[in-house]
Amino acid sequence: MRVVIGQGSCGIAAGAEKVRQALLKENINASIAGCIGMCYLEPIVDIYDEDRLTRLVKVSADDAPAIAEYINTGDRSKIENLVVTDEDSEFLSKQTRIALRNCGIINPEIIEEYIEKDGYTALKKALGMTPEEVIDIIKTSGLAGRGGAGFPTWFKWNAARNSEGEEKYLICNADEGDPGAFMDRAVIESDPHNLIEGMLIGAYAIGAKHAVVYVRAEYPLAIKRLKNALEQAREKGVIGKNIFGSDFSCDFMIKAGAGAFVCGEETALIESLEGHRGMPRLKPPFPAQSGFWRKPSNINNVETFANVAWIINNGGEAFAAMGTEGSKGTKVFAVTGKVKRSGLVEIPMGKTLRDVIFDIGGGMKTDKPFKAVQMGGPSGGCIPADLIDTVIDYKALGATGAIMGSGGMVVMDESTCMVGMAKFFLDFTAKESCGKCIHCRIGTKRMLEMLERITKGEGKEGDIELLEELCYAIKDGALCGLGQTAPNPVLTTIKYFRDEYEAHIKDKKCPAGECSDLIEYSINADKCKGCTLCARNCPVNAITGTVKKPHVIDTNKCIKCGKCYSVCRFDAVVKA
Amino acid sequence: MDNKTIDLSLLDGVLDEYASVKGSLITILQHTQDIYGYLPKEAIERISERTGIATSEIMGVGTFYTQFRFEPVGKYLIMLCQGTACHVNSSELILQTIKDELGIDDGQTTEDGLFSLKCVACLGCCSLSPVMMINEDTYGSLTPDKTKKILKELREAAV
Repeated sequence: MRVVIGQGSCGIAAGAEKVRQALLKENINASIAGCIGMCYLEPIVDIYDEDRLTRLVKVSADDAPAIAEYINTGDRSKIENLVVTDEDSEFLSKQTRIALRNCGIINPEIIEEYIEKDGYTALKKALGMTPEEVIDIIKTSGLAGRGGAGFPTWFKWNAARNSEGEEKYLICNADEGDPGAFMDRAVIESDPHNLIEGMLIGAYAIGAKHAVVYVRAEYPLAIKRLKNALEQAREKGVIGKNIFGSDFSCDFMIKAGAGAFVCGEETALIESLEGHRGMPRLKPPFPAQSGFWRKPSNINNVETFANVAWIINNGGEAFAAMGTEGSKGTKVFAVTGKVKRSGLVEIPMGKTLRDVIFDIGGGMKTDKPFKAVQMGGPSGGCIPADLIDTVIDYKALGATGAIMGSGGMVVMDESTCMVGMAKFFLDFTAKESCGKCIHCRIGTKRMLEMLERITKGEGKEGDIELLEELCYAIKDGALCGLGQTAPNPVLTTIKYFRDEYEAHIKDKKCPAGECSDLIEYSINADKCKGCTLCARNCPVNAITGTVKKPHVIDTNKCIKCGKCYSVCRFDAVVKA
Repeated sequence: MDNKTIDLSLLDGVLDEYASVKGSLITILQHTQDIYGYLPKEAIERISERTGIATSEIMGVGTFYTQFRFEPVGKYLIMLCQGTACHVNSSELILQTIKDELGIDDGQTTEDGLFSLKCVACLGCCSLSPVMMINEDTYGSLTPDKTKKILKELREAAV
């Protein structure tokens, strides 16, 4: 029997390595895999008996003896409670995996395991074609940029190919800065060779001899596994000079980012690669004409490259057979927030948000109803519950005011304040604005100040209109994607949740009960048992009462920290 | 914090490798921070001498990126995730707990030099939100009580 433990960053954080160590102590030879994407069930142990898979979930180190007993004797009785349920298995069986096809299945640290899954056969196949033929297949597939913009990949490749100059660069944007998105991290940590192969095919297509991966410094494990994969690929002769005996040579370089969201913008990324402050350049010239070191350069996102080898092997038509008229193939989403099953979901375009959140994601984690889903991070927007049947398609999502984005899907229930959500994103963009354009630098700051006022109960009549005016001014006045899209979270929340803004401004109330300045805590005397727990936890001694008698909160003293609310075991503390 | 002299010879290896490679400033600064835990003024001056890049430009780059620090940090660097999923799952409560427990604000270090607190952009472990990283280790599904326990254990381990 073969025992494999999922070890992506989140698996390790959930204790996967401790489980592996415990199994090793039981003399079970447990190896590792990347992340299968069922993050809510980590740590996960997969036991293969020939082809039969037994998947154990939420395993702890204490379960090691029981697992060892099963492996040694076949006695399942002590592990039955760990076996994944049919319902949870559907999380995977309802997906269609292309970019993530090997994630959580192969060992990302061993190149042979990738090769066994037809790894590097697509590269070999591509090298037998002309670069134009490769670009043609990508064109047929309809593959579009998965980083957010959705620009046709073949078009960028073709432009870089047709640019004059001997020296060209192929760059992978692995600066996954959108809060709430982690599919690129998962691909690099779980299947780094798939990325390398996709990049090599791209480099061949555009005629680049140099490939660069720009990866976030916040992803140390991804960097480590990618470095290891590059070394193994070099040893196998997959990268370097005269790959597979052809005329094609390509070297690789990893550059670690240093923490700047704007570096996800391609010209800012190039500035950063050159060792400068990551401030966007004017376009044109586009990177395809003048990019890294002013040479023709092509930049694609990790997930885009992760589809390339599959497309070459299976044909452009097979990829284009999935999806809608304008959006082909599959897309990976990182589904998180108040959803029951959070993790990575790869599905064909054309499915609906309901399919992802309710059918695959299992609906809400608590009994509070679904309120909205945030898509596209700081550049995207909030899609409300009544648009849950929106089809996953670049155009259809764009029509809601949100964007497909890189695939972050943060699910919210009624406890999330939408004005607070807009404030959260503006706080982010105001900090991350590089400062080059006045509209973005000062506009986001002013918007943030207004949103702060509104959530403190100091909103004024006319604030909503002023916010909208500022939004459009920033959209028009900013040079790059960061500024142009920064107002989206505000515009979509105003569009769909205007009543919440009005409640904050006119009634000085936060309907979600999240804005601490607009809520008050009190104690329901009927429910209070007088256990004194709240009084003992109150940092400002605002709660008084005698043992076994209902307690009282002095609202003048109360600083609304919410401690009493979180410690009360009888739901007696009321937030309103 | 402490004024011990900076051993600049530790930088020689990094500068020998990268000083003449164009576009390497960020890489050099990352290695420098790995060596000293932050970017000491003396090291910046040495980098400037060896690369020919003005100190003003080095500072311009260093202050642009959130990764770089200009003050030493504590033994444990707490990086609290500020991502969307963490926000939705009440990371604010965790921030408050850390502030209360350690008596420091974002960007500060405790007097005993044990803990530094830094609020950071999304760490990409959204399914375990709210999340924090302490040095190289990730801690997920945090609650105020769990956070207190982790800090207590680290404090005890350090003694």
